Amino acid sequence: MTLYTSTVVTPRRPSRVWAKFGENTAYALGLPIILLVIWGVWSSISPAPFFPSPLVIAEAFIETWVGPAFFADVLPSLGRLAIGIVLAVGLGIAAGIVIGLVQWLRELLEPVFEFFRAVPPPVLIPIVAVLVGANDLMKVVVIVAGAIWPVLLNTIEGVRATDSVMTETARSFAVTSGERLRYLVLPSASPRIMTGVRQCLSIALILMVISEMFFSSSGLGYRIVYFQRNYLIAEMWSGIVLLGLIGVLLAVIFGFVERRVLRWYHGIKEVERA
Amino acid sequence: MPDALRKSEPLLNVERLRKVYESSTGNVEAIGDIGFRMDAGELVCIVGPSGCGKTTLLKCIAGLLKPTSGVIELGGRKVTAPPPNMALVFQEYGRSLYPWLTVRGNVELPLKHKKLSRPERDRLVDDALAAVGLEHATKSYPWQLSGGMQQRVAIARAVAYQPEVLIMDEPFAAVDAQTRADLEDLVRALHRDRGMSILFVTHDIDESVYLGERVIVLSKSPTWVQEDLAIDLAPERDQITTRALPRFTELRTHVYEQIQRAKRGEAVRPEAA
Repeated sequence: MTLYTSTVVTPRRPSRVWAKFGENTAYALGLPIILLVIWGVWSSISPAPFFPSPLVIAEAFIETWVGPAFFADVLPSLGRLAIGIVLAVGLGIAAGIVIGLVQWLRELLEPVFEFFRAVPPPVLIPIVAVLVGANDLMKVVVIVAGAIWPVLLNTIEGVRATDSVMTETARSFAVTSGERLRYLVLPSASPRIMTGVRQCLSIALILMVISEMFFSSSGLGYRIVYFQRNYLIAEMWSGIVLLGLIGVLLAVIFGFVERRVLRWYHGIKEVERA
Repeated sequence: MPDALRKSEPLLNVERLRKVYESSTGNVEAIGDIGFRMDAGELVCIVGPSGCGKTTLLKCIAGLLKPTSGVIELGGRKVTAPPPNMALVFQEYGRSLYPWLTVRGNVELPLKHKKLSRPERDRLVDDALAAVGLEHATKSYPWQLSGGMQQRVAIARAVAYQPEVLIMDEPFAAVDAQTRADLEDLVRALHRDRGMSILFVTHDIDESVYLGERVIVLSKSPTWVQEDLAIDLAPERDQITTRALPRFTELRTHVYEQIQRAKRGEAVRPEAA
């Protein structure tokens, strides 16, 4: 055995899947970590009462939200959010299909929809509160009333844009109307519907918070306003962080569902790009 | 054999068919007066100059368009809506197959409302996919296949439907020449081996002579039947030898001349009796 060998020893490359996963994670978390470090350093150099350091906020986060507050404030909020989203998506798709398929109905309703869509949903809160009372129902109604529009309008557009040859194919094979809905109209509109659902999620989250800021005694929105009014600044920030995390969670769930539902759609796009 | 298929009664009967498109800029008479018959087990090609209303004619026969006047009967029954004993293959395979369904799902879809047992339905689908040579691609999606293979899927869907008549609307206009020859032989094989009645619309004169037992030449719009020509070539046809036959050349030249006359509007429409 000589000291010098001509063989170049290269370390075994780790499996490519893991390398890719690691790379993606580094990209996803890289900027947040850098920002947190800058924020942490900045807040220790020049402390400001309204911008506590991330460590203080993390501490407040655990103290505030891990424990009974999770059941008293967070869960009810999430429950109303979930019911609101399910209703908005369900009603939006159902009504959108009917309106998209019936031309006179669409022509009758579309100008009205444009008006209602333009009305900022938070202004409905006082009206709805008077109509149904300051309760859970009011919050759900506000979420649905604001978040249904993107789903509804996108579904109408998607249903309307069903390819004429595909429709003729279904007609020529005497496909029943139920099957036509299930195998033609819905899947063909699904890319537009998913676009609507994505917008619906962020609107629903906003309305969840805002609806809890008025006439309310529990919920995330209520808590955040309460902390702010009582100068519990770190706690207030921790509530905002929690909202951000809920938003990320929604996006992750949506992405998972979207990849399943629109597998064919992304496949076509990939083939077209290649 | 059912009553409707007896020799005396044709499978498909088109009489004095007229179609006028009404629009705000004026009416357009697409089809003037078309009449022809087709017997069960025949392979009939329809050719005509471009814009002569071939697709309009097919859509009327398929029950997708309502004719202005005239009679269309399939199996002795008047066509007012898409008849259950007919299947259609469109030119635009990319828009006629559903991209969210697999090859198998596409072929199976029209069978769902037929009251078939699960094994029976599976057998029909497998059989149709084998007939077009796609038994290996059942789990693929249409957009993963080449154009020719996609059109095979559309043909398999029509075959599995077990129609009395298969109507094809310029099905190979969008595929390359070599694929086209293969698909033509597939259509011949379906006709010969399975005895399928096929009405084949094309703008390609060679294709119409190679495939058909009869070629119906349409005039330019407003359309009428300019000639109904019997193709007296042997039923066994081959891309190389059949196309090299002197008789093939004669027939194709004849049809070509007819089309040229049709384009120039020289052919005179006989006065209706």
